[in-house]
Amino acid sequence: MGVEVISVSVDSHFVHKMWNDHELSKMVKGGVPFHMASDQAGNVGRAYGVWDEIQGIELRGRFIIDPDGIIQAMEVLTPPVGRKFAESVRQIQAFQHVRATGGKEATPAGWEPGKITLKPGPDLVGKIWEVWKPDME
Amino acid sequence: MAETAGCARVTGAVQGEKAPSTGASQSPELPERKETVMTARVGQKAPDFTAPAYYKGGFTPIKLSDFAGKWVLLCFYPGDFTFV
Repeated sequence: MGVEVISVSVDSHFVHKMWNDHELSKMVKGGVPFHMASDQAGNVGRAYGVWDEIQGIELRGRFIIDPDGIIQAMEVLTPPVGRKFAESVRQIQAFQHVRATGGKEATPAGWEPGKITLKPGPDLVGKIWEVWKPDME
Repeated sequence: MAETAGCARVTGAVQGEKAPSTGASQSPELPERKETVMTARVGQKAPDFTAPAYYKGGFTPIKLSDFAGKWVLLCFYPGDFTFV
């Protein structure tokens, strides 16, 4: 997929190293494979709207940024609930597909690679029910 | 971005903004509180920033705009050694 991952928290890069060495490397073989950035004063978090002024931490914000530097997707959770990585992967695959078609195709709800895409145009108006059914899974 | 010396606080910085002054100010007045403005929006340019970072055993500062031409997944989280 060719995606660079950057994580950001208010911990210093020294703490990131300790966390990687003492805990994360026991969960992920070879340790964390991406950049773990430090933002102790919350400057980056503020710019992205995920800075919690009261607690002095960054909320679980996730941003998909395309090769032109445009934010295509964002999601923010409060701390107690973790994300589902597979959903981020699915969204990146969908945005990459749309980009590869030059915006001529769109991906309906629940789309995954291999499933039908929609080609917006006059022929499709009122006819989506013929080519696509919602998947409530 | 200069490597942070000694015990100075390490933090990210938004690019294109004046960096906040560190250390020298001994003014008893509290710094003016900046209004928190959320500038990140879908369909808009991602705010560029620099930040100290740990990467594969080394300390390598990163700059978002250095990743231009690539897809980037940017994830914030509350803290190292927490539970979720």
